[in-house]
Amino acid sequence: MVTNQASMKRNGIQDWVSLRATALIIALYSFYIAFVFFTAPTLTYPIWQGIFASMFMKVFTFAALVSIMLHVRIGLWQVLTDYVKPAGLRAGIQYVLNLIAFAYVAVGLFVLWGV
Amino acid sequence: MKKQRPVNLDLNTIKFPPSAISSILHRVTGVAMFFALLFVIWAWAASLGSEQGFNDVQAIMDGFIGKFVALGTVSALTYHILGGIRHGIMDMGYWEELESGNLSANIIIGIWIVLTLILGVALW
Repeated sequence: MVTNQASMKRNGIQDWVSLRATALIIALYSFYIAFVFFTAPTLTYPIWQGIFASMFMKVFTFAALVSIMLHVRIGLWQVLTDYVKPAGLRAGIQYVLNLIAFAYVAVGLFVLWGV
Repeated sequence: MKKQRPVNLDLNTIKFPPSAISSILHRVTGVAMFFALLFVIWAWAASLGSEQGFNDVQAIMDGFIGKFVALGTVSALTYHILGGIRHGIMDMGYWEELESGNLSANIIIGIWIVLTLILGVALW
């Protein structure tokens, strides 16, 4: 197994498993949201708020957002290593994109907190 | 580098196999969704923040731009999930041959186009 200095202590198996584990959560969440949209009566503000007021939905939504952050960390790395060759530039882009992914999670947390 | 290698510049005779198209679509839809989340999470946050915000988001979603972004985002998600399922099946050792790999790629691209059309009709 290749865990050398160049890979910054990450290894492929961990990425492989993480990508699929998070994909499963995101897919299940997507199906659940689609189900909610199909079965909900005409959406009004109270109904919309009620959907996200339950503890189940808060936890599920938060789990999906954290999964997206982890999934994107691996997926965007895969894409960037193929198309952006200068290491410094790639590191800079990854830094910004991972920061945006973290911001998604943070926004999600505070929105769910307030519902 | 040797210069006398055969060169084919007739681009009409070269095309990506379906499995390559499937791969690039998986990447494009993934990256596209990452940026679409800016809009999705903004709309979600605004719509849950206040009744005024909810009405504003609903007005946007009724307009062309809102529907266009929604269609694009859900379409990208649909492809990414279909491609992900195909990847999962390939993880178990199926669809890894030239023929089955290209066939499964063509099938998910076909399903994706049909689902996107249905979604588009449902939205408008």
